[in-house]
Amino acid sequence: MLRHVIKYRALLLMMLPALTVIAVMDYLPYFGLIIAFKDINYADGILGSPWAGLRNFRFLFATTDAWRIFRNTVAFNLVFILTGLVVTVAIAVALNEIRLKYAAKLYQTIIIMPNFLSLVVVSYVVYAFLNPDYGYVNKAILGHLGIANINWYADWKYWPFILPIVNLWKGAGIGSVIYLAAIVGIDEQLFEAARIDGATRWQQIWWITIPMIAPVIVIITILSLGGIIRSDFGLFYQVPMNSAALYAVTDTVDTYVFRALFTLNDIGMSSAANFFQSVIGLFCIVGANWLVRRISRENSLF
Amino acid sequence: MTSKLQASNAMPAWARGTFHFIFIFYSLICILPVVLILSVSLTNEHSLLANGYRFIPESISTLAYTYLWKDISVMARAYGVTTFVTVVGAGLHVLLTAMYAYPLSRKDFPFKSFFSVIVLITMLFSGGLVPSYIVMVNVLHLKNTIWALILPNLMSGFNIFMVRTFFKQSIPDELIESAKIDGASEWRILFQIVLPLALPVLATIGLFSTIGYWNNWFNALLYISDKNLYTLQFIMQQALLRLEFIRNTLALGGQHLDLARTLEAQVPTDSVRMALVISATGPIILAYPFFQKYFIKGLTIGSVKG
Repeated sequence: MLRHVIKYRALLLMMLPALTVIAVMDYLPYFGLIIAFKDINYADGILGSPWAGLRNFRFLFATTDAWRIFRNTVAFNLVFILTGLVVTVAIAVALNEIRLKYAAKLYQTIIIMPNFLSLVVVSYVVYAFLNPDYGYVNKAILGHLGIANINWYADWKYWPFILPIVNLWKGAGIGSVIYLAAIVGIDEQLFEAARIDGATRWQQIWWITIPMIAPVIVIITILSLGGIIRSDFGLFYQVPMNSAALYAVTDTVDTYVFRALFTLNDIGMSSAANFFQSVIGLFCIVGANWLVRRISRENSLF
Repeated sequence: MTSKLQASNAMPAWARGTFHFIFIFYSLICILPVVLILSVSLTNEHSLLANGYRFIPESISTLAYTYLWKDISVMARAYGVTTFVTVVGAGLHVLLTAMYAYPLSRKDFPFKSFFSVIVLITMLFSGGLVPSYIVMVNVLHLKNTIWALILPNLMSGFNIFMVRTFFKQSIPDELIESAKIDGASEWRILFQIVLPLALPVLATIGLFSTIGYWNNWFNALLYISDKNLYTLQFIMQQALLRLEFIRNTLALGGQHLDLARTLEAQVPTDSVRMALVISATGPIILAYPFFQKYFIKGLTIGSVKG
């Protein structure tokens, strides 16, 4: 083996910078996972602090916090996946039907654009509409309809709808790109044959287009499910403006880990939730990949 | 297939018309919110207080921008930091990714499975926020340094595999072998043969990485408390969540107490916030259409066969 190392030393050297970054940024933190099992205090540091066994986990699951954050994370992800699927496929199919190609390109450019705004900007956009005192919805729309002002950031019952809408606004455009590419790749002869047999365009879409892109749909859905325990921090922290009144609905595992660590200084609970998320996330994504492999091997991550 | 066939195979005109209508509506939904922000930034603060946000300002005022840019040092500094981090970060990302992916793409490299697995593991399993924070702050002592803004998210397993696949598919082995026969070193092969041929995929990951770095505010939130290292996104984020941030950081920015006092009388908070958004995001929105085709290409590289 040493022979190989010497022979390929140039290539190995090439990998060194990236490898160093990976080792420090990804692998070193793996050791930090033991914090979840320790009763950490600053005096003793990580290695010196006493072991706490599963105590942190017991604390975490004894509170209602655990149920709330995992429920919110998983529930929102399911809603995102479902709504995302329907909307992005619909966009791709509709966009493909447009005959004026320059119009289709223009539409695509515009609807992808929100993806490139950061979630901070998006939270401003939402704020411009939902600001209780001056926002467009309260002042311009509700005012005219004679409905009283709604304090959007203090009432959690609207947010199960607001967040999926925001998520779609930002991501549907770019999500449809891959389906559109798949649709364009379908053999034109299939459609010709159907047309000769008297099928209408709607029928062609339903019986040819959709089934032909079904593999892509399934793969992307499965891979999305693999990330079900993770959430977009910006979406759940920024967009609701970190408003405590909304935590019942907007607190996810990621925002909880963050807040427990920085606001409450509760390293124990934070790292327990963090550890739990990492482990479950691992099973989810390995499971998802295994499923995708069964269907279409080349599309799996590994 | 002829266009005559296509024409008769199309949807009925009314359906296509409806699609156009829907897309125009959807496009407006994507653009108008940004227009609203622009409009609020240009509205007189009194008008905002009286009438709320409007798409067309009732009374135009550029006071928000004056307020924001008067002490140009704060915004200029934030622009500088953000630009530096973006350029260095994206540049390093492309370089390091290519340098790691190339050996992986070589058939004769004996260690490629091993190093592939190392990257794969990072894609599946992450330490999470707590250990990453502790490594960055307590182990590496990089809190409040510019590297805290560059190093996190520098490497991406996904991109490494994408570039590796591209190298494998698009760089013929014969090319590399004949270069070797001519006596070229591995480094020369990489930089003079492989990279030039791989420009499409490198451009794609470079662009995504650039946008990622420009839009990142999380790293600043975690690791930066030094005013001089604030990024544009971070300033925006803080300005939205904390009213006094505008007064303390943006207005004073240092020494201009008399300016702050005169403006204090009419601190245009909401219009200043929106002016901040336009100032920080304007460049991206304007530049984006030019790079859009690279993004689309990048998304579909290697994912749809044939």
